[in-house]
Amino acid sequence: MRKASGILKFLKRNAAGYMFLAPWLVGFLVLTLYPMAYSLWLGFTNYNFTKPDATQFIGFGNYLKMFGPLFGLSEFTASTGEVMRADPYYLKSLSVTFTYVFVSVPLKLTFALAVAMLMNQKLRGVGFYRAVYYIPTLLGGSVAIAVLWRKLFEKDGLVNLFLGMLGFTNLPGWITNPKYALWTLVLLTVWQFGSSMIIFLAGLKQIPQEYYEAAAVDGANKVRQFFSITIPLLSPVILFNLVMQMIGAFQAFTQAYIIGGGRGGVLNSTLFYTLHLYIQGWAYRELGYASAMAWVLLLVIGVLTAIVLRTSNLWVSYGTGE
Amino acid sequence: MERGNNVKTNIVVRHTLTHLFIIALGIVMVYPVLWMIVSSFKPNAMIFSDPGLIPKAVTLENYVTGWKGYAGTTFGRFFLNSLFMCAVAIIGNLISCTMAAYAFARLKFVGRGLWFAVMMTTLMLPGHVTLVPRYIMFNTFGWVGTYLPILVPKFLATDAFFVFLLVQFIRSLPKELDEAATIDGCSPLGVFLRIIVPLASPALVTTALFTFLWTWDDFFNHLLYLTKPETFSVSRALRTFIGDAGAVSNWGGALAMSTLSMIPAFILFFSLQKYFVQGITTTGLKG
Repeated sequence: MRKASGILKFLKRNAAGYMFLAPWLVGFLVLTLYPMAYSLWLGFTNYNFTKPDATQFIGFGNYLKMFGPLFGLSEFTASTGEVMRADPYYLKSLSVTFTYVFVSVPLKLTFALAVAMLMNQKLRGVGFYRAVYYIPTLLGGSVAIAVLWRKLFEKDGLVNLFLGMLGFTNLPGWITNPKYALWTLVLLTVWQFGSSMIIFLAGLKQIPQEYYEAAAVDGANKVRQFFSITIPLLSPVILFNLVMQMIGAFQAFTQAYIIGGGRGGVLNSTLFYTLHLYIQGWAYRELGYASAMAWVLLLVIGVLTAIVLRTSNLWVSYGTGE
Repeated sequence: MERGNNVKTNIVVRHTLTHLFIIALGIVMVYPVLWMIVSSFKPNAMIFSDPGLIPKAVTLENYVTGWKGYAGTTFGRFFLNSLFMCAVAIIGNLISCTMAAYAFARLKFVGRGLWFAVMMTTLMLPGHVTLVPRYIMFNTFGWVGTYLPILVPKFLATDAFFVFLLVQFIRSLPKELDEAATIDGCSPLGVFLRIIVPLASPALVTTALFTFLWTWDDFFNHLLYLTKPETFSVSRALRTFIGDAGAVSNWGGALAMSTLSMIPAFILFFSLQKYFVQGITTTGLKG
């Protein structure tokens, strides 16, 4: 009797919380936790969407398919006895994505910080400027802008028209030349520095002006002030932006898909990881392999985020500057 | 006195130079977008030979031919489809994310800390690890080809960004208000509806705003789940409109429809700018 009332009390105390949490909790269990477990398992099978009944457990077969070429393997025998071919484009997609992330993210953040500092002055019209600089970010993720970008950087596109006016000749088609195609995507990403800029601007406003005045009195020049005041005091914001932009960049898809015409572009020069995953999963219907690829992506992002966070104590200061 | 004047002139010169620099850079930045808008009014043959912003001839032809769409479906239908999806997504996110945020920010229950940590982890989780099973699951339900795979998750608070945004906002509201209401006999539901929801309205606007933009601009999910042209959203339709090889002859139409597709974002941005800034700075919303 006493115990029962205790349980009732317990239920009553927690009921409201769980009632309000219910939609999220159901969503988490059904649309996140269960799919994660399921895709982890699928990654160890040869599940194909056109013949799900023929699914077999193939151990690390899918992972060998990805990384086999690293060890000179182009074919191998899976645990089912079936001969599997290694994926000749996987490593390419990995290197394209790494190049894209490691070039575009630092460039984007540098640009965002530079513009934020420029705007962090008592200037008239800063609100308006901020809005204008945010426009590319507002629109940049859309199919419309990707369509535009492809036209801008074609052989007879707007960019070459301008460069031609400046006297350049023999200009390449930037999108169709495998040497440059990825850089047009990097540029497209850097162009969308608006969110990072707004976050930096908010961070810069938190730095007391007196610090700079005191430093100036002590004879520190602007460069010195930047490295001894701005950077250390802004470092938590830089870390935040770095992690968020990095995670986002690894998952970039739309722009590469549109610009590459649904494929990886010329010689797979813009074969982003997620694009390759989509092609494997939805063009070839190899959903088991696509699942394994998704897990590697999760691991790559997880490990890199952990490295950034671990090493952040070397350069991020949460002190008050005392 | 003279020195003071010098300093003043220096500041004026410096500010003028900064203004000029910001304006010049700004023009370079928005030039492609402006050019796209202007070009959508140029005759098809003149679009790519003219890099300037002042058209030599103005026509609405591109809008007329573009609007016709393809496969017998006009862009009018695509716009209605997109608007419908956005409206439902906003309702779903507002209800489910606010409920979850209220629970995390205000209610006490066993496991709150754990679930909150879980929610924060999903914030960083790349969606690709749930992609394939979700697709298989929705396919078993017979949902592929409908809006359900895109809209149902919104009612289950799967956009953790908004839960986080709302938690942050609700935490900043004075607790005394709901305590007083509770003492007056208000149930948690009453507190939620009468106090939290009205006070959190700025954060709700931010949630609605970004839900709209992300649903409008989403391409990947539309590519996966919308299979019939009559269900296509604007972004999905634009992609088919330009085709795989991009070898369409009607680039004017593509630019015209692209321009139209950007109008909602423009209107929202310039009318609700402060909510943008709030959303971006409190959660670092990707963009």
